[in-house]
Amino acid sequence: MSKTVKLVPPLTDEEVTALEMGDQVLISGVLYTARDAAHQRLVDLLAAGRELPVDLSGQILYYVGPSPARPGRVIGAAGPTTASRMDTYTPALLAVGLKAMIGKGKRSPEVIAALVQYKAVYLGATGGAGALLAQRIKKAEVVAFPELGPEAVHRLEVEDFPAIVVNDCLGRDLYEEGVRRFARSAGVTR
Amino acid sequence: MRQIDATAITEAVKELAMAANYQLGEDVIAALRRGAEEEESPAGREIFRQLLENARIASKERYPLCQDCGLTVVFAELGQEVHIVGGDFTEAIQEGVRQGYAQGYLRKSLCHPLTRQNTGDNTPAVVHTEIVPGDRLKLTVVPKGGGSENMSRVFMLKPAQGWPGIKEAVVTTVREAGPNPCPPVIVGVGIGGTLEQAALLAKKALLRELGRPNPDPQLAGLEAELLQAVNDLGIGPQGLGGRFTALEVHLLIQPCHIASLPVGVNLQCHAARHKETVL
Repeated sequence: MSKTVKLVPPLTDEEVTALEMGDQVLISGVLYTARDAAHQRLVDLLAAGRELPVDLSGQILYYVGPSPARPGRVIGAAGPTTASRMDTYTPALLAVGLKAMIGKGKRSPEVIAALVQYKAVYLGATGGAGALLAQRIKKAEVVAFPELGPEAVHRLEVEDFPAIVVNDCLGRDLYEEGVRRFARSAGVTR
Repeated sequence: MRQIDATAITEAVKELAMAANYQLGEDVIAALRRGAEEEESPAGREIFRQLLENARIASKERYPLCQDCGLTVVFAELGQEVHIVGGDFTEAIQEGVRQGYAQGYLRKSLCHPLTRQNTGDNTPAVVHTEIVPGDRLKLTVVPKGGGSENMSRVFMLKPAQGWPGIKEAVVTTVREAGPNPCPPVIVGVGIGGTLEQAALLAKKALLRELGRPNPDPQLAGLEAELLQAVNDLGIGPQGLGGRFTALEVHLLIQPCHIASLPVGVNLQCHAARHKETVL
């Protein structure tokens, strides 16, 4: 049976391996944001043998490109973006200690294998719940690549940010198994 | 000739762009409420609850429903007895988009297709203008998100493939899209016309109010058959498994070439944003 787990990064291997596909998580503390352009920069730095502008060890990356904040607000709407666009970059970041990612949509077989190898998880947040999720974000600041604008790496402080474990450390995939449970017709494939 | 000032068009488009992004239609809210009650998957019911809460916050606090505030599609039905004065008709629409996205704190999501340089103001909008009888101008503003648009398809079927081929095209589109278009989706299906017309029909089909049956009883029956087939996939809310993969399937048809059977399938996430006004 799925359970609800409170998470506060940085995450340990023990915390991550205890998470199972289908578990609800509520995250409090720090999330780092990154989309396509920031991923390219991070992976280029690693390839050049340089240090990353943020230490990703034990951390959670949130795939988000928020709408602009109104004056006096922390952030605009801030729901997850499609994770598959980050697939090619992800194994390299897991190799340096990244422990979880939040996005929406399927991951590649390579990413799912890397989650097993490096003991990490992929979490799904509700796509289209940008206003709801914005309310769980208490602070936001740019910590790397400011020239990328909304795609810059932000450090967010969140409270009870809701997500669900889609891919766990055992290689299980809720997008496959959840659908299989409810399918009434043949041919449900990736 | 009735005169309409270009600045009135700009003002209308600006207001519609903001309203569409903040206020989910009552028809969609009713469909989400039904999902929250009837979805068999507990995780799916929780998704429906989050989407309802999201719509409440967005409307009350004037947050966009989704950070992807869309590429702005505008449908204009221009009465042939209208004379536009004081500016360029198309530019008046673009200026409305520009002002709405700037003043409404909406995300600017358009870029050059090759350099990927952001255009900075969410223009150019895609504008479909139709000349109709009368002396009115109807404007419908449709911010269309990238996630669901990316999973949409056009199929050029052989006429021999017929209804089974059409059904397979729709089911294939939804199945291959999986969780990516943020289900529960609304499926717009356009059958007939040409390559581009099938896609346009599919998009227009999305504008019909939820809960209102197709006025053509035969098409209404086919919509029900497609909805059943799509929901039998079991993809469910957010692709986590469940009964509600689609809220509704909407069909629009028109005659096509004797050699052709074009089918457009346009997917729309729950944030079915469209607002209209008549000037």
